[in-house]
Parts: sequence; structure tokens; C-alpha cells
Amino acid sequence: MKRFLILTSALVAVAATAQAQDRQVDLLSWGGAYGKSHVEAYAKPFEAETGIKVTVSDADNPATPVKAQVEAGNVTVDVASVEYADAVRLCDEGLLEEIDPAILLPAEDGTAATDDFIAGAVTECFVGTDVYSMVLAYDDSKFADAKPAGPADFFDTAKFPGKRTMRKGAKFNLEFALMADGVAPDQVYDMLGTPEGVDRAFAKLETIKDDVIWWEAGAQPPQLLADGEVSMAFAFNGRIFNAAQGEGKPFKIVWDGQIYEMEGWVIPKGAPHLDEAKEFVAFSTAPKQQARAAEFISYGPPRVSAAALVGNIEGTDVPMGPNLPTFAENMTQALGSNLDFWVDHDAELQERFNAWLAAN
Amino acid sequence: MAHSLDPQGAAVTASEIAPEGPLRTADGQPLARALARSQARARRQAFLLVLPLLLFVLITFVVPIGQMLQRSVKNDGFSANMPQISAWFAENPPGTEPDAAAWQALALDLQAAAEARSIGVVGTRINYDMPGTRSLFTSAGRQVRRGIEPPYREKLLEMDEDWADPQLWSVMRQASTPYTANFYLAAMDMTRDEAGNIVRVEEQQRVYLMLFMRTLWLSLLITFTTFVLGFPVAHLLATLPMRKSNLLMILVLLPFWTSLLVRTTAWMVLLQQQGVINDVFVWLGIINDSQRLQMIYNQTGTIIAMTHILLPFMILPLYSVMRTINPSYVRAARSLGATSWTAFRRIYFPQTLPGLGAGALLVFILAVGYYITPALVGGSSGQLISNLIAMHMTRTLNWSMAAALAAMLLGGVLILYWLYDRLVGIDNLKLG
Repeated sequence: MKRFLILTSALVAVAATAQAQDRQVDLLSWGGAYGKSHVEAYAKPFEAETGIKVTVSDADNPATPVKAQVEAGNVTVDVASVEYADAVRLCDEGLLEEIDPAILLPAEDGTAATDDFIAGAVTECFVGTDVYSMVLAYDDSKFADAKPAGPADFFDTAKFPGKRTMRKGAKFNLEFALMADGVAPDQVYDMLGTPEGVDRAFAKLETIKDDVIWWEAGAQPPQLLADGEVSMAFAFNGRIFNAAQGEGKPFKIVWDGQIYEMEGWVIPKGAPHLDEAKEFVAFSTAPKQQARAAEFISYGPPRVSAAALVGNIEGTDVPMGPNLPTFAENMTQALGSNLDFWVDHDAELQERFNAWLAAN
Repeated sequence: MAHSLDPQGAAVTASEIAPEGPLRTADGQPLARALARSQARARRQAFLLVLPLLLFVLITFVVPIGQMLQRSVKNDGFSANMPQISAWFAENPPGTEPDAAAWQALALDLQAAAEARSIGVVGTRINYDMPGTRSLFTSAGRQVRRGIEPPYREKLLEMDEDWADPQLWSVMRQASTPYTANFYLAAMDMTRDEAGNIVRVEEQQRVYLMLFMRTLWLSLLITFTTFVLGFPVAHLLATLPMRKSNLLMILVLLPFWTSLLVRTTAWMVLLQQQGVINDVFVWLGIINDSQRLQMIYNQTGTIIAMTHILLPFMILPLYSVMRTINPSYVRAARSLGATSWTAFRRIYFPQTLPGLGAGALLVFILAVGYYITPALVGGSSGQLISNLIAMHMTRTLNWSMAAALAAMLLGGVLILYWLYDRLVGIDNLKLG
């Protein structure tokens, strides 16, 4: 009996040490240039500093495996990068761990994290890592004299001839149409909440309906611009930036009227390495790490104090700052996408959009 | 004599057959029983051979499709998570004003759903029938999660006056049973008003019926175009000497083996306004640089690209049937004085009908469900119903709606298949 006890205690002790050494985080990201920014700016420095191993895997949309894993009770992911809308949905359905904002690191000047993050970037289950946006982009070579300067010019085909390309969907376009019609960004969602506002947005879209090529995949707008099929696009800023910066295309971004949204971390309910996951979330959302990530891809840090820390575009000596949606000068006429509005009205407005689109 | 037809009969000698007893095998068993046994064994073996396929089809096809179709009439997002108020609806007939018990049931259900984190599912279900209500549920859930005290009615109305909306109560009543026809109504551009009557949706929201009609019309048109383009090619393939026809066959098959996306993108390069065809026209002086033709991102683009992609499905069955047509029939008709047109019309063409039927059915059914090509080249006027099914699957996540639309599409195809069987006869179908 005694020998048995010694043996079991020894085994338990071995298991305990093994567990202590087995400090790791399984991170689920998106791959591509965006995934690379997570590896370089978050995973590698985190490993170097804490000794906790980070395993990164990719998914087309990490929200889908998170939902599937939690519902099946077989969770292998500790931290996942998801879109804001998915985070809210998963949180409402009880599939995520809550994240206490107290674990987030303060800014370097001591400002509390909750004050340093922009509004809405920290929720019950979500901590924002970056901000991307839908922007007006144009082909500089198409407009010799006057250049488009805001949403109104996008709808002015007399002054700025050529076709346009917009995302095939109600979201983003209705807001953009209202801003083009002279509605101030902070009034847009109040307006869209009324039937008259929706009518007004559709009426504005109607004015250029025949001049629009509708895109579905994010890669289409830069291609259409490059082919000369369209002279202006309303598209994701990262795609336009890559074509302009990486391939030297003469594309310019107009930041007035940009509509921004967030992506960030969530921890699936029942994550196997919960403590390490929280440590990772805290580490990677520190201003320094957020600024580093922005050097790899033109998505802005959601922390005010991180903006000043962003350096040059990785591999060049061009500063990244002015290319980010969160750059102070780019934010003057910006609109934050209102998630609650779209969760409520997406289906209804999308159907009306489809009906509008299909009617000739 | 029966035993002479049976190979086993050879083993039966005449001396062993009792004059009026049953036929027996060499080892003395009744022949009929031995035969039945050996046939049963053969059937068992045959069944075991197809069993893997049967299981495969069941698991990967019949069960998922069945489940998906079930979603079109069943959605228990509300009834399963809000049991008390669902029970109240069951006890009280439609039209009953919500009393104190109803408000209490609602408030307690909301609290329980908020605690169980299922309030999002509840809100989503109601939001399908009454847009704009999801946040009503989720925000109420956030407020009542840590408890709610009577008076429930006043407390809820204090949070949001919309809780008293009669339409909300009408929609909640409809959702309080897991089975509903509302998704099929929506798929036919209809909805229920406050009193529960079926009415058409507002004109600016009507889209599905129109798209069903467009899908049907475009699929018929594409089937016809593939026939017009494919028939001569198939005829050429079937009548040319082997060497030339093989070369031609490769030209038909090569695109068939190329990825669908590659072919669709190739059409974009060719047809767009700054594309190859427009460039050639401008260069030849046929059109002005300012008048470049819009041949893609509209219905024309969808028709051209889909016709090209589906062409092999028409040519191959036609070809295989035409190969078997004996040329001497046409020669005989000609020698009896028929003109070449009459010989074609009355002798050759009727013999190709089985192949034409098979090809037309294949092309039509594929066209009805086509998704990626119209999505890429269809613009606004070239969208088909499948694009909206895909939207509900991936974007709005309203799978019940997607299932209802898909079920209607499936039903439509089955009806057409039945019509085809009645008019042409499915036995006349020939794939080779």
C-alpha cells in the first residue's frame, strides 16, 4: 500500500510538472498578409518574452471553427481572431469566455487601457486588435485636373466620368450614399433608422445604378481599377493599399467618408489554456505590439496611444502612419460601422437591396 | 420443362426424378428451394457490393439534404429557449391581450435565456419575421440577466416601449411552435400582417418570385442556345473520320477539363469594356472608343458564360447517340426522293431525340442551380435564385430561408422532370 501511495504521488508530481512546462497558446488566425502580421508582431515577441509557445493555425473565417468546436464540446483553440460582428453574435450565444478589461495593459503614459482603446473596441468577450475600413479609391491617371475628394464626388459621374465599383450588399453602401447626400457621419445611423432615410439612401444609389459594377470578392476592386474598367472604387483599404504600395499602381485613397470596422481577439468557452490565452491577449493588445502589427498591413491600431508608435512600412523607409484608417487626419470625416444597427436590419435591408438591384 | 432451362438441371438424371414428386438436385433437395437459396445468396452479394455506395449516398446526401429541408419548416430558436411564454401562447387563443401571467412568463424566460446565453438565438428567430427586433431581445437580456422583479410589464416597458407592440406579440405567437410555414411565405414574397393574414410584402421588397421566373427563363434560354450551338458540332464529331473527329473532340473536352473559375475569369478578360473583344472592335473601327459595348456584368454576360460552360453537357450525349445512327437510313430516304431537309427532319433528327433529351435535361438542371458564374459576371441583372440562397447561407445566416428557397427550386425541378417524363418519356433518355 505504501509503495502504491509513493508511486501515485510520484506520478501526480510528474504530471504536475509536465503541466507547468506545457505552457502554450493555440492561436487561430486568417493566414495571408494579415495572419503574418499576427505571427510577427504578436506570436514571436510573446514567445520570446514569456517562453509560452504559440501555435498559429489558419481558417477562412475563424468564427466558424470556434462555433463548431464549442458546440461540439471539443475546443482546441485558445485565442481566435474574428470580426466584430461575429464576436458579438458568438458572445450572445454564450460561446465565448468573458475577458476582464482589467487584464489589459495600460498605455505607456499610464492611461488606463479602457480609456486608451477607441469606443467599442473592448466588450465583454472581445478585445480589438485592428481597424480596417471601406474607402473611396480612385485611379489617379484617370483624373488629370480635379481629384475626387469625398463621397459626393463618387456619385458625381458628370464631373468624374467612368464606372464605379461597389460591394454587392446593403451594408456600407447605404451609409456611404447618405454621406454623399450631405448627411454628417454622426447622423447617418439615426437617419437610416427611419424609412425616409432608407428611401433617401436608395434614391442616391439609384443616381449611379447604371454606372456601378458590383464586386463580391475583396480582390475584385483593385483588379477592376487596374483593368481600367472603373475609375473609382468603394473597397477595403488594405486591398487598395497593397495594390498601390506592393504593385506600384496609381491608386489613391480618399479618407473622407471612410466606414471603419474592427477585428480582434476572442477566447472560446472552455479554451484548454485559458490563463495563457488571457496573458497572450493582454500582451498582444499593448500599444507597442499593436503598432508593430500595423507595419505589416495597413490596418490601424484601435488604441489611441499606439498611433504614434507605428513606424515604417515593413521592408521600406516609408512611414505607415498616414496609410492607416485610424490616422488622426484620416478620421475627421469617418464613420464607425454600427453593429447593433446591422444585426437588427441586415436581413431586411439586404432583401430590399436585392430587390432594388434586380429591378431594372 | 423447367429443369432443362436451369444449368443445375444438367446434374439431374432422369432416373432420380420421381414421376410426380418435385424436381430435386443431385443431393436430393427440392430444386425450387435450392434455386431460391442460390438466388438469395446472389442478391445478398449484390446488395453487399452496393452497400458502401448506399451508405455513402445516405450519409452524405440524403440525410444532410433531409435535415436542410427540415430547417425550412422547423426553427425552434424561440420555442425551445422561451418555454413559459410559449406555454402561455398555447393555452390562450390568438387575439388574447397579454395579461399579467404573460408578462411574467416573458420576463422570466428572458432572464433564463440571458443567463443561458441563448438570448441571441431567440432574438434572431424573431428578427426573421420582424426586422429590427434582435437588439430588443439582446439589450433586454443584458438588463434582466441579474434578476427582474415585478411588476414585469412596467419594467419591460420601461426598458423599451416596443415590448407592447401587438405585431411583436403576434410574431412571438407564431414562433412559439417550432414548425412554421413563414419561411415558405417569405420565399414567395409574402408575409403575415398583425392579424395573422397572409399578405404580399411591399413592392420594394419583392424579389424572390421575380428571380425564380428569371432563373427559369434564363435556364431555358441557355438550354436552347447550347442546343443550337452544340447540335452541328456533335453531328460533325459523329460523322467526320476518326482522326479529325478526335482532334475536334479534344477541343470540346479541353474547356470541360479546365477549372470553372478559370473559364469564367477568361470571359471577364474577353468581354469587359476594356477587354479583348471591345479592343478589337475599336481597332477595326466598328465602334467608337466612347461606345464600347457592355457585354458583361449583366444578363448578357451570364448567358454567354453559362452557355459556354454548359456546352459539353449538350454535345457529349448528342454525340454518343449520333454515333449509333445508321447512315443508311438517311441514304435510303434520299434515294426514295426526300430532299435533304426532309430526310434530316423526318429521319435523322427524330433518331437524335434521346440524346437531345438527355443533354437538355442535364444542361437545364445544372443551369437552374448555377451559382458562381452569375455571381461573378452577372452584375445586377444576371443574378439567379441560387445567388440569394448562397447569400442566406453565408451572410445573413438565415438557413431556414435558404432551405425554403432551395426546397422550392428542388420542387420546381422535380415538377419539370415529371412533365418531361409525361411528354417525352424518361425511358427515351440516352447518355450513350
